Amino acid sequence: ASRVLVASRNFANDATFEIKKCDLHRLEEGPPATTVLTREDGLRYYRMMQTVRRMELKADQLYKQKIIRGFCHLCDGQEACCVGLEAGINPTDHLITAYRAHGFTFTRGLSVRQILAELTGRKGGCARGKGGSMHMYAKNFYGGNGIVGAQVPLGAGIALACKYNGKDEVCLTLYGDGAANQGQIFEAYNMAALWKLPCIFICENNRYGMGTSVERAAASTDYYKRGDFIPGLRVDGMDILCVREATRFAAAYCRSGKGPILMELQTYRYHGHSMSDPGVSYRTREEIQEVRSKSDPIMLLKDRMVNSNLTSVEELKEIDVEVRKEIEDAAQFATADPEPPLEELGYHIYSSDPPFEVRGANQWIKFKSVS
Amino acid sequence: MAAVSGLVRRPFQQVSGLLKRRFHRTAPAALQVTVRDAINQGMDEELERDERVFLLGEEVAQYDGAYKVSRGLWKKYGDKRIIDTPISEMGFAGIAVGAAMAGLRPICEFMTFNFSMQAIDQVINSAAKTCYMSGGLQCVPIVFRGPNGASAGVAAQHSQCFAAWYGHCPGLKVVSPWNSEDAKGLIKSAIRDNNPVVVLENELMYGVPFEFPTEAQSKDFLIPIGKAKIERQGPAFNFLDAPAVRVTGADVPMPYAKILEDNSVPQVKDIIFAIKKTLNI
Repeated sequence: ASRVLVASRNFANDATFEIKKCDLHRLEEGPPATTVLTREDGLRYYRMMQTVRRMELKADQLYKQKIIRGFCHLCDGQEACCVGLEAGINPTDHLITAYRAHGFTFTRGLSVRQILAELTGRKGGCARGKGGSMHMYAKNFYGGNGIVGAQVPLGAGIALACKYNGKDEVCLTLYGDGAANQGQIFEAYNMAALWKLPCIFICENNRYGMGTSVERAAASTDYYKRGDFIPGLRVDGMDILCVREATRFAAAYCRSGKGPILMELQTYRYHGHSMSDPGVSYRTREEIQEVRSKSDPIMLLKDRMVNSNLTSVEELKEIDVEVRKEIEDAAQFATADPEPPLEELGYHIYSSDPPFEVRGANQWIKFKSVS
Repeated sequence: MAAVSGLVRRPFQQVSGLLKRRFHRTAPAALQVTVRDAINQGMDEELERDERVFLLGEEVAQYDGAYKVSRGLWKKYGDKRIIDTPISEMGFAGIAVGAAMAGLRPICEFMTFNFSMQAIDQVINSAAKTCYMSGGLQCVPIVFRGPNGASAGVAAQHSQCFAAWYGHCPGLKVVSPWNSEDAKGLIKSAIRDNNPVVVLENELMYGVPFEFPTEAQSKDFLIPIGKAKIERQGPAFNFLDAPAVRVTGADVPMPYAKILEDNSVPQVKDIIFAIKKTLNI
């Protein structure tokens, strides 16, 4: 009965919103101060953010049940970043990030099923159980990288390929506030600027590198200025519309051939650094609660949309129900799917090679390796 | 005198080895090509054949290569395909790996492999392991090449051999060519391989000329990676006759003074001594 009610409501087709002005570095102008959100886009962003949120919370649950093991770095709180960035680029653009990657894996096109099944180490996982949390790949998505900072030169290399191929594609190269102090990032800045690579360097600043706050790690916490000769902008990473507009701006800058640009997204993670970190020894529960109540990205979008009559609370609740079901089904699959067969232990060491034999733990144990 | 006997091992493919012997007898004026020129030729041919192939590294373009291995390539192919990098090994190795992930086929030169230590995380963690970690989804068709190991009087920081280091990493292919046809055949195979290949050259060999059989002069001359080659045919013997003995560098960082350096690397006399000991002669 409520469905019929919702359908007959007259919602607005779109609404204009004011968004926070970005701090600029070496830029005369920044992204626009207002943006138009269509009802369709708004509902899609809401659904995507809610899916990422629920997926991460489900992963938390599965980890505590010991069905997920090893490393598990969750991004709940940071949904506006992955969904907002995706909204500002094309599927033919490229993206690479570090290990807090589940949200991006989803926004880049993989299903919750494939992601959860990879976390639980099953053969239905996107990497057939070979990679786990930090090593998920999809088309134009290069992981999922475990070594802090290493993904940044990789991203500049992907941007080099974009320029080489001449197809106007850009590469979004993400790193955290902790990684921002890595030397190889500055090497990548230099070469990207020198060769005018279409690389958008993006610092996802969630205020803490593991247990170290930004003030304790960086002589300058103005991450958007750290590219020095590279223009930069500081963006409200909790507002998906702000992220989207900034991304559109940055992508247009790169596509015009001017070279790289840097975006700092100010965001926040509700979980600790990983599932082994309760996340309250280096920050207060009050701080976490304050962000949740004042700046939650899903809440911000919901309030905007409801207040502008783009949707109703009931309609969003329906989406919540659908999302919950999707996550439940995916979790069921991820728990029930079998582990990869032992025969596959040696598979995919190399690409496009004829089969060969791989030594096991002793000289008498052999595995076959197939590409 | 111990007789060398035992099971005859099945001979591996060794076409070029046989051709070489025939050459000695029938063609007195054979083509001589240095290892440097052979590598240069191999890269030139692959750059011409596939426009996704490109070379990057320090001084590879306008300087013609620190050891002149890439001489003439920049003049022929230009800035897009032959790229001079700043002194940023970790950065440019990572850039090369990223470019390979995105579908190009980079040749990443390390001026010497000693400097590859700064970039070794990109070689191992970003390149070698990725095909496996991604369940076969993401391949990395990259070549890392450059001079490796002992040189002459360059002391400890510039003389390390990385064969054992890289050879122990699953996901990497590691080759160490000796003569010119090996160098050409292997660099071409490495470039065509869809996997990360480390090509360990040696600076002292760059200038050494070798006979270059006609077969090696072909643009499609490839030496498959992973198959052994018989350089010179001899009687076979197996492990039970005599256990394998290692002749290798002395267990010291490379000293500078000539007498010390000479005694830190295997000399011909050391190899002969070890063989005689092994065979109880």
